[in-house]
Amino acid sequence: MALLEVENLQVHFRTLDGVTRAVDGVSFHVNEGETLAVVGESGCGKSVTAMSILRLVPEPPGRIAGSIRFQGRELLTLSDREMRGIRGNDISMVFQEPMTSLNPVLTVGRQIRETLRLHQGLDNKAATARAVEMLALVGIPDPRQCVRQFPHQLSGGMRQRVMIAIALACNPKLLVADEPTTALDVTIQAQVLGLMQELKRRVGAAIVLITHDLGVVAEVAERVMVMYAGHKVEEAPVAELFRAPLHPYTQGLLGAVPKLGSSLTGAQTRLAEIPGQVPDLKLRIEGCVFAGRCALATDLCRAIAPALEAKAQRHFAACHFAPRAAAAA
Amino acid sequence: MLAYVVRRVVATIPVMGVVALFVFSLLYIAPGDPAAVIAGEQASPADVEHIRQSLGLDRPFLVRFGDWAWQILHGDLGTSIFTNLPVTTMIEQRFEPTLSLMLITLVFAIAVAIPIGVLAAWKAGTWIDRLIMGFAVLGFSVPVFVIGYVLAYVFALELEWLPVQGYTPLAQGLWPWFKNLILPAIALGSVYIALIARITRATMLEVLQQDYIRTARAKGIGQGGILFLHALKNASVPIVTVIGIGIALLIGGAVVTESVFAIPGLGRLTVDAILRRDYPLIQGLVLLFSFVYVLVNLAIDIAYTFLDPRIRY
Amino acid sequence: MSAPIVTVPPGIAVAPEMPDLWSAVKPPRGVIGFLRRHPTVAVGGMLLLLMVLMAVLAPYLGTVDPTALAPARRTRAPSANFWFGTDMLGRDIYSRVVYGARVSLTVGFAVAALASMTGLAIGLFSGFVRWADAILQRVMDGLMSIPPILLAVALMALTRGSVGSVVAAITIPEIPRVSRLVRSVVLSLRDQPYVDAAVVAGTRTPTIILRHILPNTLAPITVQATYICASAMIVEAILSFIGAGTPPTIPSWGNIMAEGRALWQVKPFIVFFPAAFLSVTVLAVNLLGDGLRDALDPRLAKAL
Repeated sequence: MALLEVENLQVHFRTLDGVTRAVDGVSFHVNEGETLAVVGESGCGKSVTAMSILRLVPEPPGRIAGSIRFQGRELLTLSDREMRGIRGNDISMVFQEPMTSLNPVLTVGRQIRETLRLHQGLDNKAATARAVEMLALVGIPDPRQCVRQFPHQLSGGMRQRVMIAIALACNPKLLVADEPTTALDVTIQAQVLGLMQELKRRVGAAIVLITHDLGVVAEVAERVMVMYAGHKVEEAPVAELFRAPLHPYTQGLLGAVPKLGSSLTGAQTRLAEIPGQVPDLKLRIEGCVFAGRCALATDLCRAIAPALEAKAQRHFAACHFAPRAAAAA
Repeated sequence: MLAYVVRRVVATIPVMGVVALFVFSLLYIAPGDPAAVIAGEQASPADVEHIRQSLGLDRPFLVRFGDWAWQILHGDLGTSIFTNLPVTTMIEQRFEPTLSLMLITLVFAIAVAIPIGVLAAWKAGTWIDRLIMGFAVLGFSVPVFVIGYVLAYVFALELEWLPVQGYTPLAQGLWPWFKNLILPAIALGSVYIALIARITRATMLEVLQQDYIRTARAKGIGQGGILFLHALKNASVPIVTVIGIGIALLIGGAVVTESVFAIPGLGRLTVDAILRRDYPLIQGLVLLFSFVYVLVNLAIDIAYTFLDPRIRY
Repeated sequence: MSAPIVTVPPGIAVAPEMPDLWSAVKPPRGVIGFLRRHPTVAVGGMLLLLMVLMAVLAPYLGTVDPTALAPARRTRAPSANFWFGTDMLGRDIYSRVVYGARVSLTVGFAVAALASMTGLAIGLFSGFVRWADAILQRVMDGLMSIPPILLAVALMALTRGSVGSVVAAITIPEIPRVSRLVRSVVLSLRDQPYVDAAVVAGTRTPTIILRHILPNTLAPITVQATYICASAMIVEAILSFIGAGTPPTIPSWGNIMAEGRALWQVKPFIVFFPAAFLSVTVLAVNLLGDGLRDALDPRLAKAL
């Protein structure tokens, strides 16, 4: 049994302008100790998927359907109280914007202690000691001083480390990281990623890593799933995906990555772009979600949405032409 | 941080200077001959001249201002035209009721307004929110004295639960003192509560959208903790600012509330002073109230540093 | 263009249909849509309109001379002849209330207009002319430190009562807030790139003000003006109530309430009717202000 099993997840939002189908039938699983990357462009629903795991989606205007099972337990039917017991404890989350994700009027120590006192019942002294430990673990130079500082006194990289410290304080089994390094400088990015790898090794947590950066995926993840317009279009082990992407969208994404030295060999002088735009999620889409931008689309694609199927060993794609697409790539 | 406090204190000095100048020059801004206005319709030219001289209106402006300012700094607020008593004495006599009323109203208003503001923000868009905000708009719209009359009519005349009017000094017992101030405090506080509740709700709504609230939720913090431990502290700066500014409403409203409930305080004194055109008394009272107002806002400026660690400049 | 119906060829896997979680939403468009989404504008605007109409059409609404004395029929309770009863001098309260609307509304609108325009002028000047800014800000801070009612009261104490002096007395304390609002808009816009561009292109300052700055001040000033109007009507009532407002010869809601004070325990209707009308009108203006604020720019909600 996998650690996390998501089945037919749907998240729709009702706004004044209409109903947005942010996530529309996504299924995946995460095994213990593994890192699953979720990739896709802005607006594809990956962040919403991540937030739904912890049920952080505001329920009006949102509505969730489907099934999310953690260690066999169905999360979507849990009471608020039970869910709170899981958040920060068994499942933790790290967000994208370190500059604004920490409460500016509370000290760093206070913010770490909070989870420890809540979930592990530690008293102030023990919690502070553990907080210092966590800060040292994430590589903060002077943890004892940091504990008394306020977020605005720290740099972006430091704040993100604090966020990670908070997330890992109670030894969660699953860490959901929503673009944790996107807002950071490249050098800091590398450091934080390295930190996450190291911690994962030590703590043994599984990670769901949301990102739009394929480079990060290559470095850190074991399996990867690709999302587009609220649907999952491909899933495979990392090496396999990079070697032989089956879905036209994935191929487009990989083709759009600049390759060092490609202009010299003459193989590629222009970045291949995917023509067209992401479809409006307020309208129900007939047929394949990607049909509007796909070079291989036919009437069949526009009429009938392809199911996600295994096309190769542990490699799934939602495309009527997948085997043929692989041959063409 | 000490530098910040000192700077704020020093900054109030020119403001008080302007207030003093303004209060003093009111006589000169008003159209017509101030001495004649003060003397009244039935005064003879001799009376007018007498008033002019007793107020020293025939001397140059700056000289007069200098004298007056010097007096003020020595605690002499002049002498009432009507009673010939020093203004300071008159103020001392009437000051306890007003202070009592304002303190009770302040505590009551904050204790009621902030929780209902938080509640309205939490339940934004629901009937609870609309109800609370509906009451708030009513609080703004119905004049203080009307609320006073309605409360007095219902609770004092009809139900006879509370006294209709009057004031009992604290020395005569805590409960009698308090009993007389309940209805006036509610009436006076109505606008204040409306104001504070609205700003609380608005600021809380904004704060609740912030990323750090999402982080707190992701940690498993419950709704109570989110609202009061995480959100409210961040909302406190605008709320406290409005509390400070609203003191002006309390002061203005006290004037009227004391009339409705026959409380012998500084508000009544002000009304009497107006009717009698007792100019030195008016000047003294306006100056006193303004000074208190400036001090309160200074205290609030300093309080900011405790509420938001980013304000330490 | 709808896709042609295609029969599913064998061997093709079809993705399962995902149900709708919300029923469809159709946002109402146009003016009706606007009013439905902002009911406060509708309600407030309508009530205010009614009051204005009432004031304007006063002579035709079954009123008699509001100042006509008739001591013989004083303090009668409301009846078929005197819808709101009579006051202690025998005057018809209904007529006084209807005509009183004129004074209160005039004061409200006049103060709002004057305070806005003066505040706008001062704010613009202060925002653009640095040396003046320092002095003006001190003066405005000082003015704002005096509780507004006290200031108005003090000003009234020095003049002969008239509607004009009431308007002036209430306007003056409101000016600093408007000027501060305008000044902050000017300061925030003055450093915007497009203003810089205009300056570099050689546009003269008055044109910059007119074309770039002024339009951005209109929304906040309009909203603020409605609040000022509401506040002014209440202050006028309070001033009249303590005897420092409009002269007793002119019926205003504040006056009527002031006159009814002495008898409020036995004849509450004298105070009640003008109080109700005043409250409803002020409520209408407040609702209108709230609605405008939400409609014009949600971001304003925090500034005001």
